[in-house]
Amino acid sequence: MQAFRETVRETWRFYRKTLALVFTGTKEYYLWCLLLLCIMLIGFLCYLPQFQTGLITTNMKDQVVWGLYISNFTFLVGVAAAAVLLVVPAYIYQFGPIKEIVVLGELFAASSIMMALLFVMADLGRVDRFWHMFPGIGTMNFPSSLLAWDVIVLNIYLMLNLVIPVYLLVKTYYGKEPNKKFIVPLILFSIPMAVGIHTVTAFLYNGLPARPFWNASILAPRFLASAFCSGPAIIIIAFQILREYTFIKLEDRALFKIAELMAYAMFLNLFFLMSEMFKEYYSNTIYIASLKYLYEGLHGHNALVPWIWVGTLMNLIAFILFLFPVARERLSTLNIGCILIIAGVWIEKGPGLVIPGFVPDPLGEIYEYIPNFRELFISFGIWATGFLIFTLLMKVAIPIASGEFSHAKYMEERPPSGSKKQALL
Amino acid sequence: MQDKPYTRREFIRHLSLAALTGLSIPLLSSCGKEQVEDFLQKHFLEMTRQEKEALITRLEERYLKKYGRRFKVSTQEAIPDTLWGYGLDLSRCIGCRRCVYACVEENNSSRRNPQSQWIRVIRLKKGSLINLEDSEHYYNPEQVPEKGFLYIPVQCQHCEEPPCVKVCPVHATWKEPDGLVVVDYNWCIGCRYCIAACPYRGRTFNWAEPSVPSDKWNTSVHYLGNRPRMRNIVDKCTFCIQRVRMGRYPACVEVCPTGSRKFGNLLDPQSEIRYVIENKRTFRLKEDLRTEPKFYYFFEA
Repeated sequence: MQAFRETVRETWRFYRKTLALVFTGTKEYYLWCLLLLCIMLIGFLCYLPQFQTGLITTNMKDQVVWGLYISNFTFLVGVAAAAVLLVVPAYIYQFGPIKEIVVLGELFAASSIMMALLFVMADLGRVDRFWHMFPGIGTMNFPSSLLAWDVIVLNIYLMLNLVIPVYLLVKTYYGKEPNKKFIVPLILFSIPMAVGIHTVTAFLYNGLPARPFWNASILAPRFLASAFCSGPAIIIIAFQILREYTFIKLEDRALFKIAELMAYAMFLNLFFLMSEMFKEYYSNTIYIASLKYLYEGLHGHNALVPWIWVGTLMNLIAFILFLFPVARERLSTLNIGCILIIAGVWIEKGPGLVIPGFVPDPLGEIYEYIPNFRELFISFGIWATGFLIFTLLMKVAIPIASGEFSHAKYMEERPPSGSKKQALL
Repeated sequence: MQDKPYTRREFIRHLSLAALTGLSIPLLSSCGKEQVEDFLQKHFLEMTRQEKEALITRLEERYLKKYGRRFKVSTQEAIPDTLWGYGLDLSRCIGCRRCVYACVEENNSSRRNPQSQWIRVIRLKKGSLINLEDSEHYYNPEQVPEKGFLYIPVQCQHCEEPPCVKVCPVHATWKEPDGLVVVDYNWCIGCRYCIAACPYRGRTFNWAEPSVPSDKWNTSVHYLGNRPRMRNIVDKCTFCIQRVRMGRYPACVEVCPTGSRKFGNLLDPQSEIRYVIENKRTFRLKEDLRTEPKFYYFFEA
């Protein structure tokens, strides 16, 4: 009982200290958080009328029922899945330089999943009825509905990517060895789950024969290939920024290794795209309509055409850059490549995937969807939320990982006054 | 549905709901009693007879207060040994869209902002029937029919294998014993996955609170059919469930000036729809998707 109370007290102390850590920082840190909070506030203010009046305040219509929100959702699921590209080299192949940042990569995946889920919430007409989907109290249509599957796997993946890094960080904080029997199975399980979230999200579209554009077997492989480019690209940029502002240990070798893996993934992505192009254009059946709308316009409607060509070109240039070790192993070209990939894959896997599925609609009508400012600002708000979550997680995780914030240090600074027992964890 | 004993599942559900309610007290205290009732409402198929009756009384009172009209909300169940089927004679249809507007009035669909219609009549050039990419949705000539064109009215096809039911994440839409595909408007979470899954554009979304002039309400409604809808949920053609379960024709069948629309019980060998299937050359839209529609198009022999 005494031991239990001491554990609770120590846990509480740990929380208080992390909170103190989060609330103290440099001027840049405060400014960055303030900026994100402002964008979040604008997003929230834009969301209120959508919540009160309905989705009529967006540019979506019966012809195109999913727009910018679901585009961002799809892209972010891919980004989250990409943490596996750090986990595999770190834990399976014991590649040291990556192992040092893998915990941060997992927290990055957790932040992405939270953003993805927020985008679903923003798109959902009746957020108040979300509990209808909870198993047990609601009526989840499992296993029939892929959306039910998606909710399950995304939440499991989110839990994994919170439990694993938090456990490892707490252990590091107290200077203890992690229990391998507990954590290794979880880490191994997170690998198929990463593939799983993106496969299930692909199947969500794939399983609709009403939409020939999505009803292609290449969809899930294309999803995975592009995800293994976009996620790591963001990680590479984010970690360089962190290296600039914090004491994070990060070798360039780790970044170059990730870039090499990205080159393979981008090759597959472009190859799958080519396979799809060949099948559609050589067969030239009526089911090519959506692809035509995307790449060359259909009956004079071509809102997406410039976007997709810019996106495809970006992916192509990035691939060529990453193909040559000279280019991918120099930070300037590496970063250019990463930015090209982030933008290129966002176009391809976001609006470039979701919108053409609805154009033309099943009865042949064409409605050209372009998001309005409300949708844009709500989306910015959600991105800012994700950035803030990631920033705060890093604010605690990096000092722990670098040994700057630890229990031992705390005890040194403030010896316990008269207490016999110390930390038990 | 008769009363069931208090099951463990139900107990867990009530407990969790109580917890959820407790957690959302600050949110709920700012809402009215109606929102709380809505929030806690069960899935229609899981309600007992008493719960349904209480719900209907509540809805009728609410509609009276909100729209100033005395509604009669029915929960009439499917008639046994019935499977509703629809026939449409493409050689007679002149594309006048009277069915579209009769449907809107009968089913209390939103008139403006958004304009919501459950039937869509598309115009195709003669000589083509399958490639809907060439369809014209907004044809607007002085007079119909026009030379060289044919018209195809499309609405929910009430598939035997409905893809929309398959994909709904919360079972908010299902196929009734008489074959009608219906939505519980109070259970739908508004994700619109069913609209993405429908190959016939048989479903519409209420992008905002429906706007119906107060003297235009049809007050004879069915819970699963034409009752007033709310914002951000999906609705659809129900073959006028409020009419057909009372032995009447759907509004579109009744209004059609050319008699192109036929309706009846597929299980009754003497029905009109069975006559059509046996004596005309019928086809169904997008048969290649194996959705097995109960909506038969045909041409006069």
